[in-house]
Amino acid sequence: MSSVIEIEHMSKFYGAFQALDDINLTVGQGEVVVIIGPSGSGKSTLIRCINMLEQYHQGDIRVGDQRVETGDKLASIRCEVGMVFQNFNLYPHLSVLTNIALAPIRVRGMARRDANKRAHLLLEKVGMAGHAQKYPSQLSGGQQQRVAIARTMAMEPRVILFDEPTSALDPEMVGEVLDVMQNLARSGVTMVVVTHEMGFARKVADRVVFMENGRIIEQNNPHDFFTAPQEPRTHAFLQAVLHH
Amino acid sequence: MELLQTFFNWGVFVDALPMMLRGLKVTVMLGVVSIVLGLVGGLLLAMLRLYAYAPIRWLSRAFIDVLRSIPLLVLLVLIYYALPFVGIRLSSFAAAVAALSLVSSAYSAEIFRSGIEAIPRGQFEAAASQGMSFFNTMRDVILPQAMRIVMPPMTSNCINVMKDTALASVVAMPDLLKQATQAQALSANPTPLVGAAVMYLLLLLPFVHLVGWIERRNGSGGKKA
Repeated sequence: MSSVIEIEHMSKFYGAFQALDDINLTVGQGEVVVIIGPSGSGKSTLIRCINMLEQYHQGDIRVGDQRVETGDKLASIRCEVGMVFQNFNLYPHLSVLTNIALAPIRVRGMARRDANKRAHLLLEKVGMAGHAQKYPSQLSGGQQQRVAIARTMAMEPRVILFDEPTSALDPEMVGEVLDVMQNLARSGVTMVVVTHEMGFARKVADRVVFMENGRIIEQNNPHDFFTAPQEPRTHAFLQAVLHH
Repeated sequence: MELLQTFFNWGVFVDALPMMLRGLKVTVMLGVVSIVLGLVGGLLLAMLRLYAYAPIRWLSRAFIDVLRSIPLLVLLVLIYYALPFVGIRLSSFAAAVAALSLVSSAYSAEIFRSGIEAIPRGQFEAAASQGMSFFNTMRDVILPQAMRIVMPPMTSNCINVMKDTALASVVAMPDLLKQATQAQALSANPTPLVGAAVMYLLLLLPFVHLVGWIERRNGSGGKKA
């Protein structure tokens, strides 16, 4: 299995505070890695370092065979690493269709007609066919997030990072977004998902990573992770989130 | 009747009208050229002030601060009467355009900056995460949203520029005010000045309403962040 993302001895600081401490993580082609952990454990910071929305200070992150660093190649690396945000971050002044077609046209140099065609196909895939001409503010949160997923897929990235994609949603809309993500996972898209949805982790993940205080405490396949956690801190966290 | 004869004298007005219309044309030319140059310069300045390398950022900031602090009339007099001493001799039109657009660009730059800074960070991040270049991010994502935010203050700024064209009469520019004062002197009657005031109103009121209409039209799309 070839790896899409390789992180070696990576650390990040906010001034004197160490946000990420010696992170080592490999994500293989087609793999779905779910990162869980308490708030402030560095999960989001970790995946935001992968496409360099946050700077890291020690170690290496590689996507494919490119080191992630500032410079001319950063934009081309970001094309390979899609990201879905907690707050969707759709472009509010553009129609749903244009939201999806914009980057393929501007960055990949696609013809507008082809980009629009692809956008329609993707909208169908996320169950949003028929909403192409609407504006983001006319959609519910769940619908917006599904459009955001389509927008990310339009660039055909090698891996998609999900930064708490359901945390800003009303409870009744969480399911529709998780369904779309599950379909993506089934179709072989490589995914790194930061989430609090334990059900999703259990059902969809190939591997679950538990983080606390900027460190990876434990990682395992979901069955063993949830039934037989090795580390006492993992055990305590699972106790807290699963039995309430 | 005395009042009407003095301030609303039809005969005087009709006599002065051709002169004042020539002045109006000059005022509109001066205003439009200065507004356009001020907007272009302001956007450029705002970009430098926000995103250039540190020394250029400081320079543009200093430039903006100085031009916002100096009275327009003082700048105009400096450009028209002082620059010839160092060999730069501008026509009164060029001097007026230079002064108006320089000051306007400084104000516009601050307005653009506030608009850009009001765009949520997530918009920049979404564009960056898709590998969009700085130029594309600005053109397609940030500026279209910022423009909507800055529409009201930018309107005020443009209206101010149009009104400030009246200062150009100081450097012998035959604009609306200059023509009106001349007509007043010729006829020994202030009616041309009242006429000029009405012309300024007729010029600017539709502009105010036009922009209000554009704002409402944009707003009705219901596109909020």
